[in-house]
Amino acid sequence: MSTQYKSHQEGAKVFNKNPKRVSWHDKALWFVREKRDTAAHSIPEWEELREIASQIKAHTLSHLDKYLLQFEEQAKANGIHVHWAKDAKEHNDIVLSILQKHKVKNVVKSKSMLTEECGLNPHLNQHDIEVVDTDLGERIVQLAKEHPSHIVLPAIHKKKEEVGELFHEHLNTEKGATDPTYLTRAARKHLRDEFLKADAAITGVNFAVAESGGFVVCTNEGNVDMGANLAPVHIACMGIEKIIPKVEHLGVFLRLLARSATGQAITTYSSHFHQPKEGKEMHIVLVDNGRTEQLGRDDFRKSLNCIRCGACMNTCPIYRRSGGHSYTYTIPGPIGSILSPGKDLRKHSSLPFASTLCGSCSDVCPVKIDIHTQLYKWRQIIMEETNYDPAKKMSMKMAGKAMGNPTLFKLMGKVGNTFLKGPRALIYNGMNTWGLERELPVPTQTFDDWYKKNKN
Amino acid sequence: MEIGLFIPCYINQFYPEVGKATLQLLQKYGNVTYPMSQTCCGQPMANSGCEKDGVEALKVFYKNFKDFDYVVGPSASCVLHVREHGATLYPEMSSLVPKVYDLTEFMYDVMKDDTLEASFGHQVAVHKSCHGLRGMRLGQCSERVTCDVSKQDKLLEQVDGLSLVKPSRADECCGFGGTFSVSQPDVSVRMGNDRLNDYINAGAEYITSGDMSCLMHLDGIIQRKQLPIKVIHLAEILASKAINSNAKNSQHVNAI
Repeated sequence: MSTQYKSHQEGAKVFNKNPKRVSWHDKALWFVREKRDTAAHSIPEWEELREIASQIKAHTLSHLDKYLLQFEEQAKANGIHVHWAKDAKEHNDIVLSILQKHKVKNVVKSKSMLTEECGLNPHLNQHDIEVVDTDLGERIVQLAKEHPSHIVLPAIHKKKEEVGELFHEHLNTEKGATDPTYLTRAARKHLRDEFLKADAAITGVNFAVAESGGFVVCTNEGNVDMGANLAPVHIACMGIEKIIPKVEHLGVFLRLLARSATGQAITTYSSHFHQPKEGKEMHIVLVDNGRTEQLGRDDFRKSLNCIRCGACMNTCPIYRRSGGHSYTYTIPGPIGSILSPGKDLRKHSSLPFASTLCGSCSDVCPVKIDIHTQLYKWRQIIMEETNYDPAKKMSMKMAGKAMGNPTLFKLMGKVGNTFLKGPRALIYNGMNTWGLERELPVPTQTFDDWYKKNKN
Repeated sequence: MEIGLFIPCYINQFYPEVGKATLQLLQKYGNVTYPMSQTCCGQPMANSGCEKDGVEALKVFYKNFKDFDYVVGPSASCVLHVREHGATLYPEMSSLVPKVYDLTEFMYDVMKDDTLEASFGHQVAVHKSCHGLRGMRLGQCSERVTCDVSKQDKLLEQVDGLSLVKPSRADECCGFGGTFSVSQPDVSVRMGNDRLNDYINAGAEYITSGDMSCLMHLDGIIQRKQLPIKVIHLAEILASKAINSNAKNSQHVNAI
């Protein structure tokens, strides 16, 4: 699988070694962000929609138990098998046991970052079950033995030349082919064969409706329908936060989701599943995996509003210039940076710092998650509870003390200014990361000194 | 009206001309005092995850400014920190916080000044600092479907001879981000370069902003690469005519 970086800084540094790729990645995602702007601005009541969505989520999260149980009851009444998984392991075991019961050897999978989060593919592979990701982008990264670098555009980091190379190697396309239509047709043919031979289909869930016991999966490629309708067994895996109370609420979220994700008015397919077809089985696995813990954190509860549109990634100037693989978590970008510390504070401690706190993520978020505020709050917890960046911790402590003492502070300012007027070699060295590609300001006279002389 | 002049630490240290221009602008509205024992707002600690280490700075801030009718500083970012976190970190601040303003916000919202007499005959691009834009809503940001007034643009429209140029990305972050600029120099500089190219391609001679910290970062790159563009704080442009009249043979103001 692709490189797992220890920190965001490390991954970002590697990504920035290729400035042309950074430009291309930035422009590709900015293009999507601009499409989103056009789509959002075409809805005069956009801000009202965001507010309604946010309130529906707040209400649902505060009655999560009630709506999940209502969903379970309704889904069972519809003939769907409902399973509960407290963590990734339980989820993987449940899925495996269903597949083993049906002697499944080939699975087609679609639209599920949750199964990525749980590490389902390697688990099934270990038990001799082949899993083919059927979303085109997912399939590309799967062939490349990489993780998705974006939740909506999983292969956005790959150029068509690289895709051509991969398809030549795995799908026998012509060497050097880069034409997107040609490559897409090859993928389509290949995937069609996989759909036909699959014994089971695994899908994600975009929205599960408590009152109806049904669920909705949104795709642009129609692959969810192909998988779920052809295979005898359909297993849908969902995080428990995907629940919404009523069918009528779908109208709010479906309008927001596609516009925020890709700038489309609606996804090409919004497939509604309510019950298995005759002779077939439908399962749904409701997964916690840290979500109730996050629900219990007042400052971070709102992160569970997320509908996985990826708009915060597209708008984030850091994400666009560091690539999804620089993040150390399945869900990259700003939203991943507030979800991940709750899972493992130490492992993901660099992520809340991978931001300038510009706030664009919060403004673009269709469900009004205060992402940059949560990044700020995680920073406080990380510095308090972990050993992250001890040098910074020490320097901030000292600076804080000096700032409480005006005389000492002014003295330090004078010393600093004298230092900055010193020999260049002393100021510009490897220790000074500011000075690697930037000049430092040149001190002249402080405002203090000018004011003292001129106040009268 | 008693106005306390809040000069952020790095402006005091490196950009006295911004302080002078701010003082000059504020003197039109009341009696302005600069408390000499001010230090910093504590934002560097807070954004680094060490907000408790910034409490001493807030105590000093409170002591210096508690008795003024208004406290005004030429930095949306520092003012935003005081506003967002001041009272939480140091509850005494709650009475002071509502009186603390960014300069352009004070001029536009409080003084409603439409009688500016300034002159700056140049092509200028406004760098909308994130804390001013999305923190204080000083302007319309492209993500939101709202009709927020661009307050800084409105003030600049009063400046004789100035023509505003629009970059292709009107409100993207410059990549400064406080300690982000030193902990992630690769991405930070890359973002700065991209902003600069955008402003240069739009035909700007000057980049202006309500936050000198963004300009410090951008100017660091400009100086290193010798790029054909300059930075100037909004206060310097808004105060430019008055200063021009004192500065003989000067077409405009780069440094006071």
